[in-house]
Amino acid sequence: MVKQIRRRVYPIEENCMGCRLCEVACAVEHSKTKDPISAFLEEGNPFSLTVVEMAGPVSFSLACRHCDEPYCVEACISGALRVEDDGRVLVYEEVCVACGMCVVSCPWGAIRFREVDGVKKAAKCDLCPGREVPACVAACPNRALIFDTALGPGLELVEEEEIIEG
Amino acid sequence: MLYESIFVFPTFEVERDYEKCIVCKTCVQQCTFNATYYLPHRHKVVTRDTECVGCRRCEAMCPTGAIKVRRYQGEFKENAYWSPRDLKDLYKQAEQGGVILTGGGNDREYPIYWDHILLDACQVTNPSIDPLREPMELRTYLGRKPDKLDIGYNEKGEPELRTKIPPNLVADIPVIFAPMSYGALNLNMHRAEAAAAKAMGTYWNTGEGGLHRELYPYGDHTIVQVASGRFGVHAEYLQVSAAMEIKIGQGAKPGIGGHLPGGKVDEEISKTRMIPVGTDALSPAPHHDIYSIEDLRQLIYALKEATNYEKPVSVKIAAVHNVAAIASGIARAGADIIVLDGFRGGTGASPAIVRDYVGIPIELALAAVDQRLRDEGIRNWVSLIAAGGIRNSGDVIKAVALGADAVYIGTAALLAVGCTLCHKCYTGRCAWGITTNDPFIAKRLNPEIAAERLTNLLRAWAQEMKEMLGLMGINAIESLRGNRLRLRAVGLSKEEMDILGILPAGA
Repeated sequence: MVKQIRRRVYPIEENCMGCRLCEVACAVEHSKTKDPISAFLEEGNPFSLTVVEMAGPVSFSLACRHCDEPYCVEACISGALRVEDDGRVLVYEEVCVACGMCVVSCPWGAIRFREVDGVKKAAKCDLCPGREVPACVAACPNRALIFDTALGPGLELVEEEEIIEG
Repeated sequence: MLYESIFVFPTFEVERDYEKCIVCKTCVQQCTFNATYYLPHRHKVVTRDTECVGCRRCEAMCPTGAIKVRRYQGEFKENAYWSPRDLKDLYKQAEQGGVILTGGGNDREYPIYWDHILLDACQVTNPSIDPLREPMELRTYLGRKPDKLDIGYNEKGEPELRTKIPPNLVADIPVIFAPMSYGALNLNMHRAEAAAAKAMGTYWNTGEGGLHRELYPYGDHTIVQVASGRFGVHAEYLQVSAAMEIKIGQGAKPGIGGHLPGGKVDEEISKTRMIPVGTDALSPAPHHDIYSIEDLRQLIYALKEATNYEKPVSVKIAAVHNVAAIASGIARAGADIIVLDGFRGGTGASPAIVRDYVGIPIELALAAVDQRLRDEGIRNWVSLIAAGGIRNSGDVIKAVALGADAVYIGTAALLAVGCTLCHKCYTGRCAWGITTNDPFIAKRLNPEIAAERLTNLLRAWAQEMKEMLGLMGINAIESLRGNRLRLRAVGLSKEEMDILGILPAGA
């Protein structure tokens, strides 16, 4: 198996309290000014690339999984979605034609449309280029998001046989 | 407010700076008391001040610092006799006809004896010790010590100890987490306490609600409680523990039983407490099989018998007027440890009138008990644990010098993980996720973070205690125990100093 750098944000459901500060941080990080008050009150249309899903006592912040074999990349008709060398799956907005194939193909519902200068474009988590740790992870007060940068396969469920053997 | 009683006056007001509010609604989601809500048509978050309990969760979570929780500015007409609290409680009772409940510890103005006691230090004639350069011992042994040691020689001529030493707890720091039950607290807090106690080589106490099976691996660091309701008490529970504690009373509510409302008894609590889901867990005020010291002795020995005499048994009582004589009786009944819980001790729920006006300060009770046991020559039979209102490492050192072997920290431990002393534990809606069993709100207390914070607290206190021992020229906490000559009093009456057994400053 080819070793590659895996960079991925994992939500820890047991720790998520649904405060949505990850959404605030994401919107601020992807704003022009990167200041919370300006981003929300002056720039307008703050947009978070992660969404906190809530149902009863269950909640977690869900963003792009940056899959090894991403359906969205496969489905994209214009080549706007690509897997980078470092494992990130990114949208190239200038190529995106907003056909919505990625939105419907993503099994996590992690891609949404965002209006950029009056034109709809696909928008998804970019793992905050320029930041050591993505904004959502840094903002979470309860360690409900962890940033995994391990080499090779990331966090996976332990197989039953392994537990018995181990 | 519309549709609400006109007799409700707010205690706090939430000041929101709309220049800064980005309407993220985090405060709305975080407020568990419905004091904050969102007006969709105006795209604005507003507050019902009458519902605010002053826990400051919204203020802490606001990403732009737009919220300030302040004491309510509106005032009743000035009155030196009737306080706003008296008025509000009276209005509430006139409205509802019930007992005013509260949580936490006594917050009324009474003398704080710790703050009238000062420590000694070495100068010139006796050297102080630098704890960063020299070893400093905080280890404490809790349990019965033999009256004398019988030492003989074996066949090789080597000396050997012939006395059988009774079982003792070994605490690397004389600070133990106080009994707070699973039910009053949620499992996340118990997980954190257990992990922190293990990491720091000390103990935590289950309180009267039993021990969740998940925490059995921490048994070596767990003191299990046997209280009047006997919730969760079974053979395995006693066997996994490090020590057992018979709870007679609690400093916040001496002479009062406990009541965990049925609504809080979920599946896990029901299994742990061994009661049906949704039933009220009522702890009687007395143990109905303990009406005398002789009865207490029976229970102490029943527990020892059940655990093969391998574990110490502790008895916890609230500090009340005749505490010295009672403690003497408990020591003679066979207890290995006596816990004294002062009137500042906290609770998950108590009638406010009881919390505020029953019991005595731990400082006086501790000094009186230590002196009484010494006078009777039985001080070595028991270890003393002081509980109820230990705020910092200075209080610990002073308690040890007054005669305690160790202290319990309850409120201080809760503060370490976020408690802001809003005293709404009894509602089960703790916004900081500590005293709630609501599965969603309880997630706010991440056991991993909480355990780290508790560990940090104990580590910090340990360092400070070493500094204080060092400046007194003492290199082991056991050498300070009952060493009241190292204490001096400021601003206390002769009677108070007599009871504390300390001299005035300058003497």
